[in-house]
Amino acid sequence: MKKYMIHLNSRRCIACHGCEVHCKANKNLPVGPFLCTVSCTPLKKVGGIPKTEITFSACRHCEDPLCVPVCPTDAMLQRRDGIVYIDQEKCIGCMACTSACPWEIPVQNPDTGKAVKCDLCMDRLDAGLKPACVAKCTTHALKLVTLQST
Amino acid sequence: MKQSVYSMCGMCTVRCPIRVESEDNQVTWIEGNPHLLGGALCAKGTAGVALVNDSQRPQSPLIRVGARGAGRWREAGWDEALDYIAAKLKTIKQTHGPESVVLSSRGGPWQGMYKAFIHAFGSPNYTNHDCTCGRNTHHASLSINGVGRKGFGYDIRNARHLVLFGRDMFSALRIAENHQTLDMLDKGGRLTYVDVRQTMTGAKASRFFQIRPGTDYALALGLIHEVIKRGYYDQDFLDRYVSGFDELCSFIEAYTPAWAAKECNIREKELLAFVDEIGEDRPGVIFHPGWNLARYRDSFYASRAMHILNVLMGNIELKGGLFIPKGAADCGLPGIRSIDCAKPDIKRGDGVGWQYTHFDKGPGLAHLFFNNMLKEDPYPIKAWIAMRHDPFSGMPDPQQQKLAFDKCELLVSIDTNYSEYGWYSDVILPESTYLERDTPIVQQKGLKPRLAVRRKAVEPRYDTRASWEIFTGLAHRLGLEATFPFTTIEELWAWQLEPTGHTMADFEEKGFVELIDQPLWHDRDQLDSTFKTPSGRIELVSEKLTKAGLPSLKPFEKPEAAEKGMFRLIYGKVAVHTQGHTTNNPMLSELMPTNTAWINTKQAKKLGIQTGDQVELSSADHSYNATVAAQVTDHVHPEAVFTVHGFGKEIPRQRRSFLAGVSDQKLMVGALDDWDQAGGGISLCEVFVHVKKSIRNTTRRAEL
Ligand code: SF4
Ligand code: SF4
Ligand code: SF4
Repeated sequence: MKKYMIHLNSRRCIACHGCEVHCKANKNLPVGPFLCTVSCTPLKKVGGIPKTEITFSACRHCEDPLCVPVCPTDAMLQRRDGIVYIDQEKCIGCMACTSACPWEIPVQNPDTGKAVKCDLCMDRLDAGLKPACVAKCTTHALKLVTLQST
Repeated sequence: MKQSVYSMCGMCTVRCPIRVESEDNQVTWIEGNPHLLGGALCAKGTAGVALVNDSQRPQSPLIRVGARGAGRWREAGWDEALDYIAAKLKTIKQTHGPESVVLSSRGGPWQGMYKAFIHAFGSPNYTNHDCTCGRNTHHASLSINGVGRKGFGYDIRNARHLVLFGRDMFSALRIAENHQTLDMLDKGGRLTYVDVRQTMTGAKASRFFQIRPGTDYALALGLIHEVIKRGYYDQDFLDRYVSGFDELCSFIEAYTPAWAAKECNIREKELLAFVDEIGEDRPGVIFHPGWNLARYRDSFYASRAMHILNVLMGNIELKGGLFIPKGAADCGLPGIRSIDCAKPDIKRGDGVGWQYTHFDKGPGLAHLFFNNMLKEDPYPIKAWIAMRHDPFSGMPDPQQQKLAFDKCELLVSIDTNYSEYGWYSDVILPESTYLERDTPIVQQKGLKPRLAVRRKAVEPRYDTRASWEIFTGLAHRLGLEATFPFTTIEELWAWQLEPTGHTMADFEEKGFVELIDQPLWHDRDQLDSTFKTPSGRIELVSEKLTKAGLPSLKPFEKPEAAEKGMFRLIYGKVAVHTQGHTTNNPMLSELMPTNTAWINTKQAKKLGIQTGDQVELSSADHSYNATVAAQVTDHVHPEAVFTVHGFGKEIPRQRRSFLAGVSDQKLMVGALDDWDQAGGGISLCEVFVHVKKSIRNTTRRAEL
């Protein structure tokens, strides 16, 4: 059922934080919420060279999402292709989803008071485009992986 | 209505090719040009939309009403502002002569237009920011190869080994070049990185040397010694194209790897292992001769040494090495026309060309104006127009600069944002953002040269204008219509393209016009006319330098040690900001609102400083100081304190960046006169500062 995931090739990623901004700009988000983050571990010598491990983190689009059943207004939804998203019309901003999510992924949009999170850019996917973070990754380090064909 | 245009990014001076979508005059999507970058764009590129929407930028021409720097302005219409400037310029011209007006810019592909304006006005004094950037590298290249810094490109993708001395390319971000480097690494290529601290570039490297600040030249000398000793050079290439090899051999004798390792605080074993790799990888080893090498007193010689290493590899005009960028003429095609005007035959106010004869006369050297302005020698300077240039955040010691600028009757800033200089100036002419302006067509040289153009994606949000309109507007008021006969950009484009037979429609498909479809390489046996030195050969000993009384092969001098309690100030870049231009950008300031001070763990321990503590950085004379958070790490040299350039701004209308962080330039008190006599660059890393833990770390609470 889960169809997509975003994969980071950390050998190419240069932690430029482009993806974070590409995502925010695409979703027109104000100062505050980020739907994806890139983080670096503190420098540590590996073979004499100070290295860092870079990770990309966004919603996992869980197979059995904990955020979906807790939503009192059924605003948190899961599509047939596994994408977990928030129906902005129905969301009342109670943020129960954030408490339920093991990674506290959903964040509040201060402009609307509602919850927002990564929706894998489903509008773009449906239009045959790649998610914003993937499409514009500075070094082509991010890839959208299709797990199974439906 | 939905629209899509190809254009050129303007968030930094790399000017990556982009495609921009808009709807109802709002930018909705910016991506890297799919034909050239596969969509890739950095954080700054995307934040262009925030620049357009930022209300904390000048929204109409502003004329100063308070004292200089007081921040009291009145809004003016364009006619009023341009009339005001033109009237002042006319009076100054009448009283002091046209040469008393200086125009400085940030260089770039359109600088011909700014230069043409000031030349047509009658002044030879066009200058740019390069004394704080690439001048040392440029002059180093000229002295050896007879062509400037842009006279070579780097075929990194096909190289086997890239060597970078402090060129932190994964923070500077030229996307196409970054792709090449990562592709090279993917193919098993090697990257050696040399710096006083670890960076993202060093973190991707296969070899990293953390050297003592100011010893790049020593490392390069040690390398040259060992490369020659082991015979890792291209004898045929040397015989054919190079002079001065024997002099180099005797000069380099004393500079052994053991000596270099000691000077640089690195291990000799590692240096030798690096030379083993050079032996394996040559000739496909690129020693990047540096970009912003306005750093140490010997940066010019360090850059020369890097060029010499390339020459020894014999990697010029070679796949996986250096190449000569080709233009229309190389493709057998007529080139575009560009706005131009011959330079008036008057002595430059900075002394370049008559007092200093070994420098490129083009843009001269901006910092050499200041002392001359104070002395009014060779003549007074009465007006300074800064085109997108911010001398106060780009050059050391703004307070010292102000003494010279105070001699001027007119200071004009043409810029999209408020700059520190603009805030002090008399008139601010707001340029439209790059997403709101068209620009003249430019030729981009390379293995596959092309024509490119910036096209506006949306109409200006505020009462701002494109630079071509601003200069045309001024030119028409000053009777310089002959140089600026255009009234619309379409006329200008048509005139530029006329000799080429192309029309603007040819840019529609991909956003650029390719002049050739296959990479163009010269025959390596026919490079004789390439090197424009006096002898026509690559000169390891430069006739021009000898004539100026300067050595070509300069003995290494140890860098100064810091006094107790002081550190050498080292500045650098970060991927999310463009120097001082973006620190107030709504999206980018969210990512990085302020800078920090990197201090070596051992030193921090002595000072009782831990990561996150507030530390005070003060200039040597304590006339400037700022407090920032400490970043304690092993991966910065103990003699250095590092900070990201571009912060410490004092422009109240830029509320996000006002007083955020420390300004490296303001810490550089007295550094305006510390410049490389051979290379012309200012020595931006020859400054020592006081560092101590701030009392602002208190946990006590005395208030209610
Ligand atoms: S844009 Fe790409 S390279 Fe930059 S941080 Fe994100 S994943 Fe890494
Ligand atoms: S918000 Fe959390 S729980 Fe819900 S799908 Fe995403 S990662 Fe899983
Ligand atoms: S897929 Fe879309 S919403 Fe999710 S992190 Fe990437 S850009 Fe943001």
